[in-house]
Amino acid sequence: MTSVKSLLAKPWIWSFVGALLVWLATIGFTGGYGAGGMVTAALSLAVFTVIVGVGQMFVITLGPGNVDLSLPANIGLASAVAMKVMGGSDSMIIVGLLAAIACGAAIGAVNYLLIWALRIPPIIATLSASFIIQSVDISYGRGLQIKPPPGFADFANWQILGIPVLAMLTVLFTIGAAIALQRMIYGRSVLAIGQNIRAAWLAGVNVGRIRFLTYTLSGALGGIDGALLAGYFRGANVDIGNEYLLASIAVVVIGGTSVAGGKANVPGVWGAALFLVLLLTMLNTFGVSAGVRLLLTGLIIVGVITAAGGEKALR
Amino acid sequence: MPQAIADIIRLDGAEKHFGAVRALGGVDFHVGPGECVGLVGHNGAGKSTLMHMVSGTLVPDSGTIGVHGNAEANYSVSRAQQLGIRCVFQELSLCPNLSVAENTRINHASLTGFGWRRKAAELITAKLDEIFPDHGISAWDIVGDLSIGRRQMVEVARAFTVTQDRLDLVILDEPTSSLDAHTSGQLLAFVRRFVGSGKSCILISHVLGEVLRNADRVVVMRDGKVVAADAASAFDRDRLVTAMGGAEGHHRSEAETAKAEAGPLRVRARPARQEDGKELMARAGEIIGLAGLAGHGQTDLLLAIFAAASRARTGMEVTAPVALVAGDRQSDGIFPQWSIAQNIGIRSLARLRNGLLISPQREAALAGFWQKKIGIRTPDMNHNIFSLSGGNQQKALFARALGSDAEIVLMDDPMRGVDIGTKLEVYDLVREEARKGRTFLWYTTETEELDNCDHVYVFKNGRIVANLGRDELTEEKIIQSSFGDAA
Repeated sequence: MTSVKSLLAKPWIWSFVGALLVWLATIGFTGGYGAGGMVTAALSLAVFTVIVGVGQMFVITLGPGNVDLSLPANIGLASAVAMKVMGGSDSMIIVGLLAAIACGAAIGAVNYLLIWALRIPPIIATLSASFIIQSVDISYGRGLQIKPPPGFADFANWQILGIPVLAMLTVLFTIGAAIALQRMIYGRSVLAIGQNIRAAWLAGVNVGRIRFLTYTLSGALGGIDGALLAGYFRGANVDIGNEYLLASIAVVVIGGTSVAGGKANVPGVWGAALFLVLLLTMLNTFGVSAGVRLLLTGLIIVGVITAAGGEKALR
Repeated sequence: MPQAIADIIRLDGAEKHFGAVRALGGVDFHVGPGECVGLVGHNGAGKSTLMHMVSGTLVPDSGTIGVHGNAEANYSVSRAQQLGIRCVFQELSLCPNLSVAENTRINHASLTGFGWRRKAAELITAKLDEIFPDHGISAWDIVGDLSIGRRQMVEVARAFTVTQDRLDLVILDEPTSSLDAHTSGQLLAFVRRFVGSGKSCILISHVLGEVLRNADRVVVMRDGKVVAADAASAFDRDRLVTAMGGAEGHHRSEAETAKAEAGPLRVRARPARQEDGKELMARAGEIIGLAGLAGHGQTDLLLAIFAAASRARTGMEVTAPVALVAGDRQSDGIFPQWSIAQNIGIRSLARLRNGLLISPQREAALAGFWQKKIGIRTPDMNHNIFSLSGGNQQKALFARALGSDAEIVLMDDPMRGVDIGTKLEVYDLVREEARKGRTFLWYTTETEELDNCDHVYVFKNGRIVANLGRDELTEEKIIQSSFGDAA
């Protein structure tokens, strides 16, 4: 009983409860048809939101005002870079992936440079960076679809017993991220900065370096996400990352990470990503129109955040 | 005392529990018109809880409250305000993003219409001029930009402003904790004038001399009860300390003043605005005081030294790791989401690692060691830091610095609002650590604390104006240096 109670006290549990309810509602509607396929599809798609969501989570945890709005443009450019470097050849997959990560990390580093050197608020810095990146992407990719090597496309769609391999690897990655957050100096420092940046500095935290690392990490995760998306959807394009602007922030918030900073959790990102994907599936299954679908998505997100954010403020 | 005139406030048998913790166990307390009641006791003795009841922010679990002789069944903050009872709390309550005038308006709903800002500004400026002549605060200053001492001055002055509601009783909870000797004197003189005009005050302070000199009657609390209440003239310092329980009267042993000869140089620092060649020097094992009026560059110099430890600066030489004990706990020290243990461990993360990961066992061991050593009163170091009383939060910040690898400890007036028992424990600890070779740079607004220092630099307008050795250290000398052009 106490274990159930302590489980209910976790801020991330609600995102999983939401995902489960949505899933049950959908298979209730279809009479059980497609229940397994739905989970597989949800896992495949949630992976991409989880990867950028984790990066966004670290950034948001740095405290009020910190957010990475350059992720969509970053994903778009990195997908093009990865596909060009791979050039359709299986032997270049690793090189292409590294190029995508490097491209994303460089964008993240530039973001922080803008924030630090020009003292621009992160929201403006990353937004303006994203315009620049997008222009680069348009001229670099010339708006053409570039195909991934067949081996990479197969890898991105590979399933074992109906579970996408990419999802399994992402689970491992998120376990690593959770450990980094709670048990490593890096994570502790991020949490400290998010609670009180001045106190963190006075307690000996290297604030500049940690913030730099965090924006770079978020950028690098955006980069790898772009490459994987291009593999999964069999082609890079400029708009491939568009939906991840709101999605990356939504999964962080729904997952129980504090927008005020200093409090984060990784499992919630998974729950929230599954919830969002399943929600879309449910609304599609119900056959509602696009307008109603957006309306309901918005209302449901508000509802979940209200329910999950019901904990009392400290003093 | 005969009950000819109705008490302003009277509580009978007030009790309050927070969960399993008994904060107040049946307290009788009253304040008559025209008297200043001193309230003393250790942190956690129940003073703040009692004052929250008087000001209406907390409702007693049992017991009655009467104001001006009438029983109040639904007593609340707004009711207290109507009845003329105000409170200046220890945790500053001004909105940092608003100006001084705008903050004043918050308490005075009657300031409306065109020009309310100007009216509020006149109101607060007049009161500041009355209490703290030459205060140097403009009504248009944004509160967040003011030093903590000036914020406290505004807070105090605001409580004494009057528009439509009556004003009979002001509760001053540690009003001088961030003020220097000069402004404290101004405030206390004002309190005497206020009381002389037939109004009343409750004065809570850990500076016992302040209470003894200014209160008419003193109430001593201990473990949620009133243990002594008598005319102030019937108390002296020793009797107060005994009634409060805990720490004995404190006498320095003269032997300690004999210091081992100078160790290696740890800090050499010149304030940014210093024009002559004076600079601050601190050697291993020394306790160096930074004195002078509040906000005259002491904190700035400490922060500059702190920054110089990680990045070289001109005019600064720092030869060992540095840690800082914040005085402004909420903005410079506490991580509100974290447990006590995490708050202590943050400065020592590198040493708490086992491989790449922070070891929970080592973190708990560090916290447990300092809980014993410095006496942090809590059943569990994994509880949130805010479960501690203010003084114990401050102890946790000391534990953070002393538990670290720092050989230089900077203290930014860290004893604000800390009870005398805790202070004496910490003084002993500081001297013990200094004997082991640590260097302390100690900015304080309480002259008594400077007795612990080997020598003292007096600051004025961001510059060092005097360097006093231990034998030439007196309050008069410090005040004289603080006001004079040169020492």
